[in-house]
Amino acid sequence: MKLDSKTPEGSLAEKWTKYRGSMNLVAPNNKRRLDVIVVGTGLAGASAASTLGELGYNVKAFTFHDSPRRAHSIAAQGGINAAKNYQNDGDSIYRLFYDTIKGGDYRSRESNVHRLAECSTEIIDQAVAQGVPFAREYGGLLANRSFGGVQVSRTFYARGQTGQQLLIGAYSGLSRQIALGKVKMHNRHEMLDVVIVDGKARGIITRNLLTGKLEKHAAHCVVLATGGYGNVFYLSTNAMGSNVSAAWRAVKKGALMANPCYTQIHPTCIPVSGEYQSKLTLMSESLRNDGRVWVPNKLDDAKAIQQGQKTAQELKEEDRDYYLERRYPAFGNLVPRDVASRAAKTATDEGKGVVKTGLGVYLDFAAAIERYGKSTAHTKGISNPSSAQIKELGEEVVSQKYGNLFQMYEKITGENPYKSPMKIYPAVHYTMGGLWVDYNLETNIPGLFALGEANFSDHGANRLGASALMQGLADGYFVIPYTIGQFLSNEIRTPQISNESPEFITAEKETRARLDHLIDTNGNQSVESFHRKLGKIMWEYCGMSRNAEGLQKGIKMIQDLREEFKKDVFVPGVVEEFNPELEKATRVADFLEMGEVMMRDALDRNESCGGHFREEYVSSDGEAERNDEEYTYVAAWEWLENGKPQVHKEELKFENVELKTRSYK
Amino acid sequence: MQLTLKVWRQKNNKAEGKFEFHKIQAEEHMSFLEMLDVLNEKIVSEKKEPVAFEHDCREGICGSCSMVINGRPHGPQAGTTTCQLHMRAYKSGDTITIEPFRATSFPVIKDLVVDRSSFDNIIQAGGYISVNTGQAVDGNAIPVNRDDASDAFDSAACIGCGACVAACPNGSAMLFTSAKINHLEKLPQGKIEHNTRVKNMIKQMDKEGFGKCSNVGACGVECPKEIPMDNIAAMNRSYLTSVFTKE
Ligand SMILES: Cc1cc2nc3c(=O)[nH]c(=O)nc-3n(C[C@H](O)[C@H](O)[C@H](O)COP(=O)(O)OP(=O)(O)OC[C@H]3O[C@@H](n4cnc5c(N)ncnc54)[C@H](O)[C@@H]3O)c2cc1C
Ligand code: SF4
Ligand code: FES
Repeated sequence: MKLDSKTPEGSLAEKWTKYRGSMNLVAPNNKRRLDVIVVGTGLAGASAASTLGELGYNVKAFTFHDSPRRAHSIAAQGGINAAKNYQNDGDSIYRLFYDTIKGGDYRSRESNVHRLAECSTEIIDQAVAQGVPFAREYGGLLANRSFGGVQVSRTFYARGQTGQQLLIGAYSGLSRQIALGKVKMHNRHEMLDVVIVDGKARGIITRNLLTGKLEKHAAHCVVLATGGYGNVFYLSTNAMGSNVSAAWRAVKKGALMANPCYTQIHPTCIPVSGEYQSKLTLMSESLRNDGRVWVPNKLDDAKAIQQGQKTAQELKEEDRDYYLERRYPAFGNLVPRDVASRAAKTATDEGKGVVKTGLGVYLDFAAAIERYGKSTAHTKGISNPSSAQIKELGEEVVSQKYGNLFQMYEKITGENPYKSPMKIYPAVHYTMGGLWVDYNLETNIPGLFALGEANFSDHGANRLGASALMQGLADGYFVIPYTIGQFLSNEIRTPQISNESPEFITAEKETRARLDHLIDTNGNQSVESFHRKLGKIMWEYCGMSRNAEGLQKGIKMIQDLREEFKKDVFVPGVVEEFNPELEKATRVADFLEMGEVMMRDALDRNESCGGHFREEYVSSDGEAERNDEEYTYVAAWEWLENGKPQVHKEELKFENVELKTRSYK
Repeated sequence: MQLTLKVWRQKNNKAEGKFEFHKIQAEEHMSFLEMLDVLNEKIVSEKKEPVAFEHDCREGICGSCSMVINGRPHGPQAGTTTCQLHMRAYKSGDTITIEPFRATSFPVIKDLVVDRSSFDNIIQAGGYISVNTGQAVDGNAIPVNRDDASDAFDSAACIGCGACVAACPNGSAMLFTSAKINHLEKLPQGKIEHNTRVKNMIKQMDKEGFGKCSNVGACGVECPKEIPMDNIAAMNRSYLTSVFTKE
């Protein structure tokens, strides 16, 4: 299969503007006759659905949630990037582009990333106009902060709830279109298949989660904005419902899954506390602006701490190893996520962890509290402040900046992070891989588009902080409304698509058979127990570091588990009712196939890059070693029913940046 | 710790519900929902139907989790959603009663799951600023007073969980509705449509069957995001003004 990225001609900086200006348009009277299905109403889907509605298309939107406002996007904490250069610190569209390419370890498409950087500024304007209450300076202008992997301040934020506020903004825009009748919203509807008619995506099969009934929905094209697949690891920072099924169903119909092995492991999450653990909680990256990461220097101290015989505060400065500051002096605690996560693994592998299980490191705010305390005392004109006074003033500043995160930490762990350092450990957080799409965000199936975390397009092998919100909203507000016209302008003579064609009827029957099979198996093991087992295999063999032997073993284990699932899963109840166990079962069944493709991709990629770290490919100082000669490509996987997925390659061409070893030293 | 759970079971909206008793073993570091996971694992292993409850983010931000624990929406702790509650708040031997949010406008779907689409309908009636994509001026073109932005945020922090309604003896949605109205009113961009927004959202709220406010104050106490009660007073003032202003 030849993969054509459809990247427009012209210089990098002009591609998007020129392309946009010369694209085929659909006239307003024709838009009214065209139906578009949008699956998913997180940031990417809600922004796309409302904008397409505003433009005049008939939009049908779907979410398995009870309301668009509950999408996983709601949980994003830290912020959203934009190349506004409001801080006058040397930021520019080019710099955001460059940082993202470098941060992605030179495994993303230049043209897409540059467009993303261009759109970033409009997103902020749009969000402000919608009433998103971003943080402000005293003069009333927008405030910024820094995130990992960059040296400018370009992150916009709304306390620690940026995702919530942006999603509420997109949801309010969507609500307006629903009220105007331009978007028909289907809450509690899960897409279980995509329907292809004459080679084009023309609709979906959904299950009404309240009644359990299957429905056939037809349209001129289908947009998937269904989020990422981090939950294949069972434990992740993703919401419990996040899953791969919509994308995976598309793959089963011929779409390609690109770079599935690129998984982001976030360095600052609350460590696992027990077997019953259901999900992991992220502590926002913004904390690394002020928190210092460390472990004890001596193994004895670490052991004593693990056994509860010593506390962090008892260790003197010289007995602490601020390993990020030591290893990466230029970026210090603000190195990118993959680098920070691996460094934590190295430290704990050496036995220097600071929690009972050994899998945790400190994130310490004592120095920041003191620094802020002193400067506040100075501003307030307090001469010779006592150390108690300094601490109090400093804690106030830290509380203003991170109060809700500190509270969240205390609620979960029962420990007060103002008094003793936080304990953190890396956890699965984001999936850079996703459906392969071209420059128009169209998959290799004509009329099937993918947006947001569900596609692979912009982050290469590693995503920088605060860039997912940016990408989801760029895709939804500013890219798809144009690029969808490239497909739909050729469909203006196509009458309404019928949902009674044989293709729809077959797809519905197949879906029904799948659901029946799950219930009829009537085995002895719960869906949850299979999911947990799968997660352990994924984490062990395809987690923070991977090697060929482990991956081969892992693939075999997943295949066995999949067979066991088919024979022994137990799903209570019936299809035609509200049945959350059945919902979980369909999702886990798809994860059991997706997991294998991730491992195959990881095995195939004989290099270390970004979130993909192969133990066989490291430099002498322990850093990831890329192999640009052989692996500067996107690996797009086709699922073949004979059980042997096949890889197709899209070469990546770098015409504007020079491929370099990524260094944060 | 050893616990007795008294859980509401209701097959569907039409069926009659009743309490079911379960004994289970929990640990203090578990979250409340993880404790329910343990219960459900046990029920499934007996080949029965697990207790249906709504949840997603499990970190207090999506507003999915909705249950009344020992008579209080989201349980005993201030500023805490059910999913953020941990078992260290309980001791061995406790009996915990778990029920769905109960309100006329939130019909039960199954067990602890209720239908809160009435909230979406209120937002659709006017909980937005009418701006199309691409029409916006530069983000810094209109400065916003820092305190106003902060106040707007305080109201915008609502997660749409519905605890305020469940806590209210009248089943009133005043706190939810007023929070949205004040979030938008505090910002220059949102002021323009304020009067019509107030009228339309209040009208929709009444249409959905939510009760009147009689200043009980339970909503403010149980709200997991501590949305200030003065939102309600401000909305009432705006309502009076909007009724007496011509458009
Ligand atoms: C804890 C946390 C914090 C984060 N913080 C940040 C941050 O500070 N900055 C940043 O840039 N990024 C952050 N991210 C990443 C970012 O939040 C996500 O990548 C992004 O929100 C994904 O948006 P989305 O619209 O693509 O998908 P989602 O928000 O996941 O939405 C998916 C939608 O698809 C629907 N759906 C899925 N499958 C189906 C189906 N089969 N049928 C019907 N509907 C379906 C869902 O109901 C939902 O509406 C964070 C992520 C996490 C987990
Ligand atoms: S006002 Fe509070 S209790 Fe009511 S829906 Fe919002 S967050 Fe929940
Ligand atoms: S599960 Fe999201 S708020 Fe409780």
